[in-house]
Amino acid sequence: MLKGAKVVVIGDRDGIPGPAIEECVRSAGAEVVFSSTECFV
Amino acid sequence: MNSVIQATGYILAHTPDMLVHNGTTQTAERAANPQSEYLQQMPRYLRNYQQAIEYLPNQTYIGNLTPEQLAQIDQPWYDKKAEGAVRFGKFGEIMPQDEFLLLMQSCDVFDLVWLSKTFVECTKPRLSSHPLIGEDILSKIKDGVEQESVERYVHVEHAEPLYHLGELVGFVKRAHDVDINLSAHVMLENLVSKATSVLALLHLIHRAGIDKSAVSYVIDCSEEACGDMNQRGGGNFAKAAAETAGLTNATGCDIRAFCAAPAHALILAASLVSAGTHQNVVVTAGGCTAKLGMNGKDHVKKGIPLLEDVLGGFAVLVSKNDGVNPEIDTFLSGRHTVGTGSSPQAVITALVTEPLDRGGLKITDIDKYSVEMQNPDITKPAGAGDVPLSNYKMIAALAVKRGEIERDEIGAFVEKHGMVGWAPTQGHIPSGVPYLGFACDEILQGKISRAMIIGKGSLFLGRMTNLFDGVSFVLRKNTGAQEECAASEQQIRSMIAKAMREFAENMMREQR
Repeated sequence: MLKGAKVVVIGDRDGIPGPAIEECVRSAGAEVVFSSTECFV
Repeated sequence: MNSVIQATGYILAHTPDMLVHNGTTQTAERAANPQSEYLQQMPRYLRNYQQAIEYLPNQTYIGNLTPEQLAQIDQPWYDKKAEGAVRFGKFGEIMPQDEFLLLMQSCDVFDLVWLSKTFVECTKPRLSSHPLIGEDILSKIKDGVEQESVERYVHVEHAEPLYHLGELVGFVKRAHDVDINLSAHVMLENLVSKATSVLALLHLIHRAGIDKSAVSYVIDCSEEACGDMNQRGGGNFAKAAAETAGLTNATGCDIRAFCAAPAHALILAASLVSAGTHQNVVVTAGGCTAKLGMNGKDHVKKGIPLLEDVLGGFAVLVSKNDGVNPEIDTFLSGRHTVGTGSSPQAVITALVTEPLDRGGLKITDIDKYSVEMQNPDITKPAGAGDVPLSNYKMIAALAVKRGEIERDEIGAFVEKHGMVGWAPTQGHIPSGVPYLGFACDEILQGKISRAMIIGKGSLFLGRMTNLFDGVSFVLRKNTGAQEECAASEQQIRSMIAKAMREFAENMMREQR
């Protein structure tokens, strides 16, 4: 589904952090162009 | 032998004018867009002191309402009142802004905080009637200066203004002419942190009922840094606050780990006491002006009062095992390590199941989990969701994966082993520790046997690593076991004599 897609990742420390989302979307064939984990509190 | 938590203290200071003038959301907005709609509308959404006192989560923070009682009241809470709410609670108090400004001045030993004469005259009598603030602190409050002097320092001398009810009532001077680490802005933030820590310490000592001189070590775990241009984070808030609070026999240090610092500090305190290095160690933290009104734009947009108008503080006394108070079990301590990884499964495994496995316990053997206890009234309207609930769901999901509960039991698990959040979004203040006061009570009353305290910190905000951090520990019912006595000299002599007698008898038997 994400094959060839460029992905911007914004993760949540208390949810799913950036690196975990990166791994997931990469395995689905996406290219991660930016990734960050944010603290919303 | 494990150390115990002997007492806790929790305080808030209601500082709406600091929200307006010192919260970074507001200062950034003022710099970028001084005519913004938010800045114009904001004053209408500020709460007065009575409203802050009547706010249900605030009453929970100081112990007048239990988390269980708060959970029974439908959210949102900002449109409801705690009937008969009062300033002082079981764990501490909610101090009004005017008195807090005087307390701040009494914490300043470099003549940086100045207040107007009329403001001091009007406020000092009320602070003088505070049950825990004695002459040692009151004597440090200066008579005050003329209003013209206040205006001059703010407009000409780079001082940071101090307001009360919208009026300019004082200022914090810069402590150096070029060093930004000693600027008026930084000095204000640091003195606020120190003053809230001092107030928490006073309540802690009062609740513990111990002599101030019995405390030998203090650890500060807030998130500010004090130092100068040659040592930006040199410290030390702990000893500075201990001095003002009258803990004359204490030294101490600062522990920094973003929001995870309180959990780190408690594990260290417990270890210092267990090792016999100290008998009474206090972990303390003051509040943070920068985070006041952090989600204010969303609150105003949704017509909600500015709920982030309080500074938080807490203090915990960790002591030698007395056979009664709840024990900090450092054997059951979890760590998010460099190599742990960041998937929710890896995080919860490191913080929750690894230490439990070590002790032969299941996830359901912990009666209550205290995670990031941010008040959802604040975070939900800002789009950050219900933070404690997200954390509980992750723990429950791992319990399902391990076959300890069924998938359809997740809701029941969260209700039984979790809590609603009640702490203000002051970074380290909501992180695991708000429950300690209640946890001690509930363990002593036999309502629960074990609680797990989890602290998480966003290290990546400091741009030194992409990692975040977390540590945990278990607080459990005291086993009643007293410290084993080492064998006395007499006992050792008896043992040697017995062994020699037996040896001689054996020799004689062999010779026969």
